[in-house]
Amino acid sequence: MDKAGRDTIRFLLGHEPRALAGADPTQTVLEYLRGTEGLRGTKEGCAEGDCGACTVVLGTEGPDGVAYKAVNACILFVPALDGKQLITVEHLRGSDGSLHPVQRTMVDLHGSQCGFCTPGFVMSLFALYHAHDCTDGTLDRAEIDRALAGNLCRCTGYRPIIAAAAQACAGPAADAFSVAQGSVLARLAAMRAPEMLTLEFDGRRFYAPTTVDQLADLFTRYPKAVILAGGTDVGLWVTKQHRSLDVVISLEAVAGLSNVEQTDTHLRIGAGASYEAALDVLGAAYPDMGALIRRIGARQVRNRGTIGGNVANGSPIGDTMPALIALGALVVLRQGGEQRSLALEDLYLDYRRTAMQPGEFVERIDVPLPRPGVRFAAYKVSKRPEQDISAVCAGFRLELEDSRVRDIRIGLGGVAATPLRAVSVEAVLKGNAWSEATVRAGMAEMDRAIAPISDMRSTAAYRSVIARNLLHKFFLETTPHAARTRLEVPA
Amino acid sequence: MNEGLANSLVGTSIAHDSAAKHVSGSAAYIDDLPEPRALLHGYIFTSPHAHARITALDVEAVKAQPGVAAVLTARDIPGVNDVGPSLPGDPIFADGLVEYCGQSIFAVAANSIVAARKAAMKAMITYEMLTPMLSIDAALAAQSFVLPTRTMQRGDPAAALAASPHRVTGRIEVGGQEHFYLEGQIAMAIPGEDGDMLVHSSTQHPTEVQHLVARALKLPDHSVICETRRMGGAFGGKESQASLIAAVAALLAQKTGRPVKLRLDRDDDIAITGKRHDFRIDYDVGFDATGRILGVDFILASRCGMSPDLSAAINDRAMFHSDNAYFLENVRIVSHRCKTNTVSNTAFRGFGGPQGMMGIEAVMDDIARHLHLDPLAVRRRNFYGKRSRNITPYHQVVEDNVITELVGELARGSGYAARRRAVAAFNRENPWIKRGIALTPVKFGISFTFTQMNQAGALVHVYTDGSVQLNHGGTEMGQGLYVKVAQIVAQVFGIVLDRVKITATTTAKVPNTSPTAASSGTDLNGKAAEAAAITIRRRLAAVAAELFGVPPADIRFEDGQVVGGEKSLPFVDVVRAAYRGRVQLSATGFYRTPKLEYDAANFRGRPFFYFAYGAAVSEVEVDTLTGEYRLQRVDILHDVGKSLNPAIDLGQIEGGFVQGMGWLTSEELWWDATGKLRTHSPSTYKIPTIGDVPNAFHVALWTRGRNHEATVHRSKAVGEPPLMLGISVFHALKDAVAACGDGSVLPQVDAPATPERVLMAIERQRLGNARATLEAAQ
Repeated sequence: MDKAGRDTIRFLLGHEPRALAGADPTQTVLEYLRGTEGLRGTKEGCAEGDCGACTVVLGTEGPDGVAYKAVNACILFVPALDGKQLITVEHLRGSDGSLHPVQRTMVDLHGSQCGFCTPGFVMSLFALYHAHDCTDGTLDRAEIDRALAGNLCRCTGYRPIIAAAAQACAGPAADAFSVAQGSVLARLAAMRAPEMLTLEFDGRRFYAPTTVDQLADLFTRYPKAVILAGGTDVGLWVTKQHRSLDVVISLEAVAGLSNVEQTDTHLRIGAGASYEAALDVLGAAYPDMGALIRRIGARQVRNRGTIGGNVANGSPIGDTMPALIALGALVVLRQGGEQRSLALEDLYLDYRRTAMQPGEFVERIDVPLPRPGVRFAAYKVSKRPEQDISAVCAGFRLELEDSRVRDIRIGLGGVAATPLRAVSVEAVLKGNAWSEATVRAGMAEMDRAIAPISDMRSTAAYRSVIARNLLHKFFLETTPHAARTRLEVPA
Repeated sequence: MNEGLANSLVGTSIAHDSAAKHVSGSAAYIDDLPEPRALLHGYIFTSPHAHARITALDVEAVKAQPGVAAVLTARDIPGVNDVGPSLPGDPIFADGLVEYCGQSIFAVAANSIVAARKAAMKAMITYEMLTPMLSIDAALAAQSFVLPTRTMQRGDPAAALAASPHRVTGRIEVGGQEHFYLEGQIAMAIPGEDGDMLVHSSTQHPTEVQHLVARALKLPDHSVICETRRMGGAFGGKESQASLIAAVAALLAQKTGRPVKLRLDRDDDIAITGKRHDFRIDYDVGFDATGRILGVDFILASRCGMSPDLSAAINDRAMFHSDNAYFLENVRIVSHRCKTNTVSNTAFRGFGGPQGMMGIEAVMDDIARHLHLDPLAVRRRNFYGKRSRNITPYHQVVEDNVITELVGELARGSGYAARRRAVAAFNRENPWIKRGIALTPVKFGISFTFTQMNQAGALVHVYTDGSVQLNHGGTEMGQGLYVKVAQIVAQVFGIVLDRVKITATTTAKVPNTSPTAASSGTDLNGKAAEAAAITIRRRLAAVAAELFGVPPADIRFEDGQVVGGEKSLPFVDVVRAAYRGRVQLSATGFYRTPKLEYDAANFRGRPFFYFAYGAAVSEVEVDTLTGEYRLQRVDILHDVGKSLNPAIDLGQIEGGFVQGMGWLTSEELWWDATGKLRTHSPSTYKIPTIGDVPNAFHVALWTRGRNHEATVHRSKAVGEPPLMLGISVFHALKDAVAACGDGSVLPQVDAPATPERVLMAIERQRLGNARATLEAAQ
């Protein structure tokens, strides 16, 4: 154990300070709340971050006061609380016992039936209530959906909950938490500790390095360690696969690793940056990229999950890689003191096997900035529009010159053992007129380029048709064409 | 809750009694209850195989694991190793044979769930693999049934079909549905003295849990109490399925003498417990040029899974609803109940009715497309009549038919005709995005078709401070039963609602109850509780009459007062006077549904007290390149009779509709080739989210609604019927699919209409177009 380390997790539980020494580093916040604290308002519905019944809110130091973020407590490990404020449904009532405005409105508008999902909804509503993008007094349906798509309700059909969100969350926040922001910030600042959080429990170890160098050193020392970013996948290894993680190295505290920066040519997405943190910048550069990220998981997942984790994990159905491959993104890897960068598609060798060496990790992803004339589209096809895993995901990037294809890049997910760049399809298209005939030839090649499987998400046959049709769709969307190709999302 | 004047409580939108607790996290579900000292945690080890003989089962190593207090197998059960609800076939622990992947084999109790699960993995089990029967097709081919095939027939369908000028045959496959109640199955068993057992169970049927636990423990019923305060959703999934969990917890508690909690995690819950039956429906229909059905033949085949469970009544109800709202003069309905090596399918909101309706609605759609008529016109053409054409295939006269006026009102209010034209215009302009619209009706029979179950009891106490305690046999799963019944009781006494304390359902207070199912909760328990309250009120009226010197008939209970002539006293004063006068202030109430007379052996008579009606118009937009779609708008008009609580009823309708939509769209159960269900968590099994619900979601209670039977305050049951309103979304999707074709091919979509099925159906339409073009060219 590092001598400089500290072994105590400090945070605020509501407004009460907590100092956990000797914590089990892979205990979930849900277990901690329901067990250690006896706070049983937060529910377990799925233990995999897909239903939102366990939603709690983390308060952190944000640019304008405390930033409140909804997260799934069921797949969040306790060390992630370090230096934060943990707010649960029990903390919302006023000191006089009065209901918080979001609670009151849910009651008034009949937003609960069986009530089991309700605490989770209330916490997502609480985060929305405090969100800075709804201080102008209006809240459109899309914003409500984005805040609540991670909360499943089986009873109400959501209509009264939508109404409650529109009514309770539209105005500026004015509750006990708004009043206490100053003191909370001060208390969070006081908890900030420069030393690395280091835990040892039952022979298992946990490190939260504070610099990239420290991280690189640790991973060199423990190349079999699990790198933990948002934990939206690793959490499930524990809660679903019941695995025991011997050494965990968290990116949570690494300075600079969560940055999203812009250079003259690229967007640099730090490996620790959450989807939500990267969303605005990527969405501004490529609107379809924003739309795609908004359909990854739900807000609770996006508040924790990272593009770096998605990329490093290398699942064939990871949603960001097809688009990033199409955009020509580079992945910057680090091993000890060495750094190298690879075209993203070259990272993936086989099913869940990457080109990363032992002790090597993703430091950041560099996404080229848009250039004039470049067309980009991303598509995600799934059974359910919100919070689902793709059957097929695709990204297309096209450069035309005199109506001919100067360059095209096609990234695909869900059609092979790895995220795939459809090089042979690109080759068929390149240099030819961007026409129906060319695209038909590309569609024919698509079948040879991919090797989809049948599973619970779709048949191989459907995946093949989709891969072909998405190319067709991209063609329609990049040629002068009056007819709509995208569904109207009810507003 | 203070809202609501005492004498106008019934009919008022009052919040769910637990709403404030729900939103503040203080409504306690079983896993939230304070844990008794020395509590153990149970874990059920389940079969990894769909069909196998267990040739050896050695749990000695499990017992030796740290923290383990007990391990139980089939041979360790003192009583009966079966929790089948009416017919046997559901072993608590597999005894030599496993018949589905997920079947319980043994259970462990340990200090923690982690210890119990870890220990269970040490069991040594050897299996002899047997061939699993997984599909309806395979079961039909092998004549593998859990129950005998049944046939309902009226008229001469064969002759009518032969003589029909138009005839269409078809098949639709309708998938099952996972309940996905947010609170998984759970029970906590607490042993008492003399071997007694208290079981907290998340169940819709405390009485059955009590009886089955007693039988497994080899105890008389009186030694077991089952208590249920609230469930975090149930939807039929906790009608018979809670018994296994309760029985295992109780057996472990009996064995160890310690309290045991057994909570299934989501994956185990979905693997172990039954779902809605999937159906394959073949139909052959003859009709005239106006679309009127002359004769129809249905062959229903459902996948029941490995045991009968409730499949007899579920498949019967599918047959009872193969008419939906339509008069079928010459009809035959055959029902096969297939036995497969999959989890035993069970009750789910609608209880077979929705599947039956899917058959006849497919028929309506095919007739319309065959004749190039608006499907709504064909539906209307076949609606039941009022004085003629009003007899169901099981010979019950439809006495309360309102479907024609209700659908008329909905069609007008939603602008159906203009919107159908607008959809057609949109589709002419748009090659890639297509729209579809459909209006479908619902007529749903209310009563348990097993007539003896239509009874209920209640227990009401009035205390000397004037406060009232209410208990009845119905359970609260979120549907608002407790508050509705409390409204009824408070109104009897003319007191405000918060003077009535709602208490947990327990077999110790009201015995021999029926499950809270078949939408009957309020009809039955509301009446029973009302009867108990009226008994006490009658006694109080006699006391007040004597005090006021007026006849008892002149006594009124209103606004917290007891009034007679010019005089009045607060309710509490009359209660105290009654106590002093040694008048009993506690009463039971009982209700049995009248008029039911039904010959189950011959499908003849009156299984239903009345019918509930509703209709929905849905409009969708489909991406014809991917099959993805969005519901754009839905309008619903539903008949709840005279609503006891409009807000609660609206909630049932909205929630039922969305659940029905989910069943027919994104909710797909997927088994692999070995019979393992691979959609066992929300990451793979997709119930609707907030994003699936349109802003244009217009739901109205039918203002003319009034139950023509003397139900409690002339209300109608509302739990299940709205689920079937979701069928309108399915048919709107089919309408959009049809818009991709030239009419030469009937659109064929199975349920759930996932984007994949929608796209494949669109491809078939386009192939049809291409073929027609080719033929024209030749």
